[in-house]
Amino acid sequence: MSTDSRAAKAARIRELLDTEGEAVATNTRGFNQGRYDSVARLEDYEGLKDEARAIKEDAIERLPELLDELTETIEENGGTVYVAEDAADANEYIADVCADAEADRVVKSKSMTSEEIEVNDHLHSRDVDVVETDLGEWVLQLADEAPSHIVAPAIHKSRQGIAELFEERFDPDEPLETAEELTMFAREKLGERIEGADVGMTGANFLTADTGTMALVTSEGNARKSVTVPDTHVAVAGVEKIVPSVEDLRPFVELIGRSGTGQDITSYVSLFTPPIDSPTVDFDDPDTPITDGEIDREFHLVLIDNGRLAMREDPDLKETLYCIRCSACSNTCANFQSVGGHAFGGETYSGGIATGWEAGIEGLDTAAEFNDLCTGCSRCVEACPVKIDIPWINTVVRNRINEGGNGGRFDFLVNGLSPDAEDDASPTLQKRVFGNFETLAKLGSATAPLSNWMAHSRPVGWLLERTLGVDHRREFPAFRRQTLVKWARDRDGTAPTDPERRVVLYPDVYTNYMLVERGKAAVRALEALGVAVEVPSVPGSGRPPLSQGMIDTARAKAEGVAEALDPYLEDGDDIVVIEPSDLAMFTGDYERLLPAEDYEPLAANSYELIEYVYGLLENGASPETLSVADSSETVAYHSHCQQRTMSLEAHTVAVLTECGYDVTTSDVECCGMAGSFGYKSQYYDLSMDVGENLAGQLREADADHVLASGTSCTDQIGDLLASEPRHPIELLDPAR
Amino acid sequence: MTTRSDTYDRFADKAAAYDVELTRTEVESLPETISDMLETPAVGAPLPWDGCSLPESVTTDPTPAQLNAAVSGVTAASLAVADYGSLVLEATPGGAEPASLFVDEHVAVLREQDIVPDMAAAFKWFGDRFRETRGSAIIATGPSATADMGALVKGAHGPKTVHVVVIP
Repeated sequence: MSTDSRAAKAARIRELLDTEGEAVATNTRGFNQGRYDSVARLEDYEGLKDEARAIKEDAIERLPELLDELTETIEENGGTVYVAEDAADANEYIADVCADAEADRVVKSKSMTSEEIEVNDHLHSRDVDVVETDLGEWVLQLADEAPSHIVAPAIHKSRQGIAELFEERFDPDEPLETAEELTMFAREKLGERIEGADVGMTGANFLTADTGTMALVTSEGNARKSVTVPDTHVAVAGVEKIVPSVEDLRPFVELIGRSGTGQDITSYVSLFTPPIDSPTVDFDDPDTPITDGEIDREFHLVLIDNGRLAMREDPDLKETLYCIRCSACSNTCANFQSVGGHAFGGETYSGGIATGWEAGIEGLDTAAEFNDLCTGCSRCVEACPVKIDIPWINTVVRNRINEGGNGGRFDFLVNGLSPDAEDDASPTLQKRVFGNFETLAKLGSATAPLSNWMAHSRPVGWLLERTLGVDHRREFPAFRRQTLVKWARDRDGTAPTDPERRVVLYPDVYTNYMLVERGKAAVRALEALGVAVEVPSVPGSGRPPLSQGMIDTARAKAEGVAEALDPYLEDGDDIVVIEPSDLAMFTGDYERLLPAEDYEPLAANSYELIEYVYGLLENGASPETLSVADSSETVAYHSHCQQRTMSLEAHTVAVLTECGYDVTTSDVECCGMAGSFGYKSQYYDLSMDVGENLAGQLREADADHVLASGTSCTDQIGDLLASEPRHPIELLDPAR
Repeated sequence: MTTRSDTYDRFADKAAAYDVELTRTEVESLPETISDMLETPAVGAPLPWDGCSLPESVTTDPTPAQLNAAVSGVTAASLAVADYGSLVLEATPGGAEPASLFVDEHVAVLREQDIVPDMAAAFKWFGDRFRETRGSAIIATGPSATADMGALVKGAHGPKTVHVVVIP
């Protein structure tokens, strides 16, 4: 990406932050909080998610068979099934159905799949009037805008903006102000459109092969009217929407509303088995009872392939097909909360999972437009009701984009920095530098303090921004000449004489070369708790290259880590990790990077530092050996996104509390820095906007100590509060 | 006198969260009870149970014009799901679907024995029923609603209020 295109991207993001950011943030954060509240009311949330996941895995596995069964069932019911290869094929078929029905008007209920094929434009070109009847979609149709959210399409528009739009388009007799007035106005206008409709078009959230039933998850009642009134019903759905039986709908019905908008269930879950056994309502014949005569309905199910069957054959994109389009991954994403789907989205889909959809349906170029907005923070993983590893899909697609990448003008600058460039690949220069951060850190440490003076000098800052897109408003972290490994090797032994346990403290790149104090504190605290600590030289975890989509480089790092730690694991040592994103590598991502015999022992024996302290205290160690609170010391603590996904925030809170500190925690999903993301000039404003949400909470807590577990969080909070937070272990350090 | 079961209470609690009120009555007094709570003009679909009838003020087999003019609609609920406060409204050739949809106030008549505890029980019922009838039904929870205009509004396209009359 060139300096100019980075600047253009930054400008576009800034514009969206200004114009749509506030409405998007309020609504998505509301949905996200609603999700937490609603799933907490379920007795067995995890069990339901497992059930939903298993149904989808099975259904996608057996898709060809289920497709045949569904076709047979629907034909038996009196409907027609058409499997469309692509958008053009689907649109031709739908236009023919409309022509056969001599339709002048189609009323539609909200359907992302119909957005995907752009059927409205096609029907308009055939002189068929298409009216969106979902209120949000109708607003966008009037405004000629694209959805910014897959469930709440007009989430970026304020009430006032909608009032102005109606004013301009309809010039109503009475001015419209309140949400109630706007809704009733829309209801009346759309009611008239539905009365005169010839065809009703819907999507389908799920289709059951055993009965030909389609589930539609809605709230307004417009889908019911669109199906009930006209005599012709066209449903448009991706082929991946089929599940085997009616009973399989149950976990999805219980999860979809909760996961998306935080409602236990939406107002209407329609279970239509078309053609439906209900009289049509012919408003052209207003005085004949609707129940007179035979019910004569037509039903066409248009199943869209458009790349899906190929995705099914692609081991990494396949999981995308499990997606039930609930929007949890959008609402829980800190970047999405700030900027919405007009930035974080492709041609049709938006949010974390959109990378999978757009890569499969439109291609890598479309996915490349927004794929970088996923920072891999992993908060969407636990939010997803079908447990899709969304960050992995984003990483794989990023890797593929890299492989089709460019050779840049400034390649010479990083030749020495990135000796292990991907095979046949050329990620952008910016990605390669951040991906090879370990090399940079080693160099910076070896030449500190000169390297720090250089990095902080204006000419170098300028060069970094021009060539690598490192934002000049960010300070590069200071490298330390004495690494943690060197310190541990050179110091006088204070190891316990008869240790209960032996651990390897993993010297992650940040702790080893930069945040050395937290490493020293960790060694002292563990030793005080009766543990023998070793700090051997171990390679970086591979998190930075993985974040840049450089999977081969990450795999090489993973192999190096496994090799270095193997003798210790053989000896029965535990591995203690300070940096949460590195622990997430060991216990999660390495499963995809290493053979099982290397991954499993490492994952089983690795612990987050304070989680380990928690375990020691639980097993009888005394908190008095640590630095406990004086009277009523208060702490404002920001955990780390991946730490929270691993359910390890509670351990830090518990240990600090046990040591007498009064702890307040942040509830933001991510600090906004997310590794290198916040350093990139094109994303600086977005990163700071996300961070401001956290900074507000930390300021409000007004605590004696501000603590953070991750390096990125430490850098970000340092920039936001102009004072760097410490790691919890530094507060507990016996030497404090 | 029927004893109020736990399931009934749970259904009543959950429904109340959506401002859906329950009124209990005996089969004999059903027409009068409905009549008292109705706003006219009213439409409806015949109730499927022996001995249960609608008041005369309810027009069954409505014309489109009558449907449009109706304020209230009375239909049967086949099932209720206690955990969610939801009603199951089946589409019928007699027009239950439009009668419950085109009105401001929907009055659903429910037999207490048809309240099931949870979605697992409801979907067992749907599976058996749909495989046999290939029918359609709506799981309706509270009135129709939208937040698309900047705040939660009831009565987006469908009813603004829902009332349930429970018979033994």
